[in-house]
Amino acid sequence: MSIQQAFAQALLTPAAACPEGVFSSNGADPASRFAVYRNNVHSSLINGLATAYPVVGDEFFRAMAGLYVQAYPPATPLISEYGNSLADFIQGFEPASSVPYLADIARLERLRVRAYHAADRQVLDQPGVLQQLQGAEQLGHLRVQLHPSLATLNSPYAIVAVWAAHQAEDAIDTFNPRHAQGALVLRQGVAVKVFAIDSGSVTFINSLKHGAGLEVAVANALENSDEFDLHQCLTLLISHDAITHLHLEQKVSP
Amino acid sequence: MMTPTPDSMVSPAQAPGLPLRTGLGLKTQHFTHVLETCPDIGFFEVHAENYMVAGGPFHHYLGLIRAQYPLSLHGVGLSIGGEGPLDHEHLARLAMLIERYQPQSFSEHLAWSSHGPVFLNDLLPLAYDASTLSQVCDHVDQVQSTLKRPMLLENPSTYLQFQRSTLDETDFIGEIIRRTGCGLLLDVNNVYVSCINHQRDPLAYIDALPLRAVGEIHLAGFAEDTDSLGDRLLIDDHGAPIDNAVWQLYEQVLARTGPVATLIERDNQVPAFSVLQAEAQQAQWYLSQVAR
Repeated sequence: MSIQQAFAQALLTPAAACPEGVFSSNGADPASRFAVYRNNVHSSLINGLATAYPVVGDEFFRAMAGLYVQAYPPATPLISEYGNSLADFIQGFEPASSVPYLADIARLERLRVRAYHAADRQVLDQPGVLQQLQGAEQLGHLRVQLHPSLATLNSPYAIVAVWAAHQAEDAIDTFNPRHAQGALVLRQGVAVKVFAIDSGSVTFINSLKHGAGLEVAVANALENSDEFDLHQCLTLLISHDAITHLHLEQKVSP
Repeated sequence: MMTPTPDSMVSPAQAPGLPLRTGLGLKTQHFTHVLETCPDIGFFEVHAENYMVAGGPFHHYLGLIRAQYPLSLHGVGLSIGGEGPLDHEHLARLAMLIERYQPQSFSEHLAWSSHGPVFLNDLLPLAYDASTLSQVCDHVDQVQSTLKRPMLLENPSTYLQFQRSTLDETDFIGEIIRRTGCGLLLDVNNVYVSCINHQRDPLAYIDALPLRAVGEIHLAGFAEDTDSLGDRLLIDDHGAPIDNAVWQLYEQVLARTGPVATLIERDNQVPAFSVLQAEAQQAQWYLSQVAR
């Protein structure tokens, strides 16, 4: 085993001995100095996760994140991408099961980080969108391109309410987290925003993202939830500069 | 009537090299403050990896600040001291950032941070012998040829030494500079931290380096711990004000090098901008003492 391989293995395994072949010039136990490196690795990664997941980032989280770091160390020097699998880890982490919505909160926080760093794209101004929608002859075949930062999440829990309560430092026992809620995350200018939306809107937006025209996207949304309100959902998207392009579906030539 | 010479028309933001002034690490919490107040700072430095993202506020603010200030791009994830090959994708990302922001300087560390597929997020020490020397030189050559510019290599802060080492750190660094033509980013705090940890005289360490190659100086604060013998163990944590001993060493370095672009680094427990600016002004005072 090479020196760096032994070093790397010992860094990631808290119980492992200090690697061989190292010494302290004053004769001190090298393990007492190797501990500095081990602590740097673990605490910097745990701090990184705690920053990326602020709502779940308490003492319990730090202990859980420490186990995650050991099991899934980063595979890239891009620390903003580290922790993509944390929500799934939380989902399977037995001690976290008393807070069943924790994994979905982590999923929401991941979408916020992704939205923050997502590609920049010129958006259509709001009057321009309204004009095109009103003037369109084949409204149902219109395709709506959405900003790269935009993402949705469906949860059996009131994730946006729980998340917002943490922002305001409200106690979450003032409401029941056990009702289903969808989330819309997007970046408007330099600000990342989170909205509670119904499951029909989640389906509608996801259909648009997959390239469906308006008519198909509305049908999909209504199939999911007969309470889907097209006007309300489009207003939300337009007023937050979420639309980058509008064009008619291309007819497939024979 | 006097016509301005081309040189006097070049703004510092467009000048080819870092100015012989003090700069600050650019922290995200200070983006808007910098843009609103346009502080008199010689240059800003950013960690390259933080800006390896598609878009959003980081690029928005860095673009606006870069238009007004010289920029130093400082890598923390290339693993130049690693046993394995350099990560081609990471080098390509660095090349893209350099193309986009045209920084006056690019620097990286004499350290490793990746092993195989795992990134360890720390600057780890390497043994100094003939084989690691030729490997590091190959990596520096590869970086400089890919980025089409010379780089600065930073001396490390370390807590352990390797039995396998056959060269002093200073000789190792001197030989890399001689073979590759790269410059030296002299981190004075790292010199102090390593020398206390390894019972070396900091000034003797400085004097053993090829000081003509110094293209930038870093100053930072350290944390203090003890090892198993109860001896001082200094930890390079960039989380405290610069220690008096490091200021003294900086003054002694400048007496040998003359003015050098100097960066104040603070990455943890980041204080108000004015606190960092006061440290930059203190460094600027030392620089003015050696300016001709």
